[in-house]
Amino acid sequence: MSLILKNGRLFDPGRGLDRMGDVVIEGDRIQDLGPEIAAAGPGVLDCAGLVVAPGLIDLHVHLREPGYEYKETIETGTRAAAAGGFTAVCAMPNTRPVNDNAGATAYLAQRARELGHARVYPIGAITEGSQGERMAGLGAMREAGAVGFSDDGRPVMNAQMLRRALEYASMFSMPVIEHAEDLHLSAGGSMHAGAVALRLGLRGISAASESTLVARDLLLAEESGAHIHIAHLSTAASVRLVREAKARGVRATAEVTPHHFTLCDEDMTPYDANFKMNPPLRSAADREAVIGGLADGTIDAIATDHAPHAAHEKQQEFDRAPFGIIGLETALALGLELVEAGRITLARLVDAMSCAPARIFHLPGGSLAAGAVADLTVFAPGEDWIYDPAHGHSKSRNTPFANRAMRGRARHTIVGGRVVFSR
Amino acid sequence: MPAAFELDRHLLGIEGMPLARIERLLALAAKFQKRSPPRSLSGKRLLVLFYEASTRTRTSFEVAARRLGAETVSVTASASSIEKGESLLDTVYTLRAMVIDGIVVRHASSGAPRLVADHVDVPVVNAGDGMHEHPTQALLDGFTILRHRPAIAGLKVAIIGDILHSRVARSNLLLLSQLGAEVRLCGPRTLLPVEFAAYGGAVVLTCDLEEALTGADVVMVLRIQMERMRESFFPSEAEYVARYSVTRERLRAARPEALVMHPGPMIRGVEISAEVADSPQSVIREQVENGVLIRMAVLHELLGGGSA
Repeated sequence: MSLILKNGRLFDPGRGLDRMGDVVIEGDRIQDLGPEIAAAGPGVLDCAGLVVAPGLIDLHVHLREPGYEYKETIETGTRAAAAGGFTAVCAMPNTRPVNDNAGATAYLAQRARELGHARVYPIGAITEGSQGERMAGLGAMREAGAVGFSDDGRPVMNAQMLRRALEYASMFSMPVIEHAEDLHLSAGGSMHAGAVALRLGLRGISAASESTLVARDLLLAEESGAHIHIAHLSTAASVRLVREAKARGVRATAEVTPHHFTLCDEDMTPYDANFKMNPPLRSAADREAVIGGLADGTIDAIATDHAPHAAHEKQQEFDRAPFGIIGLETALALGLELVEAGRITLARLVDAMSCAPARIFHLPGGSLAAGAVADLTVFAPGEDWIYDPAHGHSKSRNTPFANRAMRGRARHTIVGGRVVFSR
Repeated sequence: MPAAFELDRHLLGIEGMPLARIERLLALAAKFQKRSPPRSLSGKRLLVLFYEASTRTRTSFEVAARRLGAETVSVTASASSIEKGESLLDTVYTLRAMVIDGIVVRHASSGAPRLVADHVDVPVVNAGDGMHEHPTQALLDGFTILRHRPAIAGLKVAIIGDILHSRVARSNLLLLSQLGAEVRLCGPRTLLPVEFAAYGGAVVLTCDLEEALTGADVVMVLRIQMERMRESFFPSEAEYVARYSVTRERLRAARPEALVMHPGPMIRGVEISAEVADSPQSVIREQVENGVLIRMAVLHELLGGGSA
């Protein structure tokens, strides 16, 4: 079974590739790239006017299964991923029960193989139940398919615990992913601490509640020589700390979400919980800093932190509503907004959404090289559309981007040589 | 009817409220004080929904509504399905179905009245939401000052205490600065966020009580909740009293005839001494009386068809 992508703009920043041409896929691999390969017929996708890129990989997604199937399932979450151009997602372990053992990891991987519209890479918990007290079975979870470890949603507040997890995970060259938040500093907070929170009478989550833990984590990574990955980095100070640590040779990587580089606290519709997430939308200056960090590579990757919640959970008093928004179907367009605004190059965007995630988490894909796995995203960079979450593929609709005018979106998502989504 | 009446069919906060509406409500309350009010809410039913303990505000709204001829239905957190875990919106939908013409809501969560207003088709009045606003309190405070002073413009108003957590401080800051007063906010640094400096209007922040009181025309004292001490916003009650309690001695820094106000509930001997609270300068009881007049004005405006 072969597939040929004709006349696309072949774009792979990892290999400095940017030219018109065709891609031949044989089985689940890219067989050949050529300037022009004569072919027509059912196995041919016309990609004229479209960008053919290595498949997008989201390092940070909440699929909610098992335990919260009313919010999202592996099936609906990966369908949303495919519709957003993602060929693979990393699934955070804060399900019910928590994915903190090999059985749970294997179950998730198996369900995803059966139902998934995109690849699913499990992230295992760092500690049992993500309670921060006893190390979870990292080695066994790795055997079962985990690609990284995180207690996401919660930080590892015990520094000794984190240091040992870093050291242990380093035996497998696997990243420990930290949700950096000092829980004492952020206690009771529901949005970024600042003038807007004060005006709305909402308790704040200070920038320092993130950055102090980022600083701690970087020092622990430096001492242990292990790989720390900072999830959803959101403050100017965190960007500065990661930049400085990388310059010293610390094995640190970081991701930013589309909402943190697109919005700031001043953009919130007051008390609309579709603007509530953790870390919260920060100040305009923080937003500028994360864009700068993304542009210069301090921030390696764009990850959505796709966090579905049911409508009745979000339609509550702001301080009672849960944190999190969906993001799989809007990430590419929001990234392209930065490109259009001249803040980052298209090469940096595709790198941050595909090549870098594959590189830093040691995942297949992220490349258009002959012989590479045939995970590709074909997108129309200039297509104008209006985002309507009611017509989205996720089970949930909690997004601050409803009705936003977007430019650019995925047209074909190809996983292992198979077209899993087309529009 | 005047277009201004349609500008805002709710009363959710002082923020964004046009000056004309503030002045109209103050004038209406003054009118109701001089002669008995019309029964403009006759046949109307008002839901008074309190998710937070309150004696004076709830009673004040109920008295105001009845004096205008309305029937009131009071629902409080302890006596309702709220404690069974029903959501705010489900509770409101259920009660709305029982034919209600307006809702007065108090809630511990900032923004809850707005959530209600966005989901019902009747006017909503904010009777205090979290740390956000308490608009009728600010209106009654402004009204009380105007019973004793010809205008608010140019007055120096000191607000003393837990500024950070106070919806009364926020609403008063917005109202009094819009009416031209210089507002001084004073309290320990942990309860006095610097971001208030950018709140708009002439606002002064100081941790020094004497500085706040010097030359003040109005001294507004806020209750200090002892749970803040347990959260270590300040070390002890004794230390708070030593630094911030408004006593007769300290009040000498203010203008001799300065008005002393307190939104209640008041803890004598903590944030304010008994002799200051009971002094001729104190208008604390008057505030309570004026609260009914202001709430009548608000209810009349929103539910009474606009004729006075």
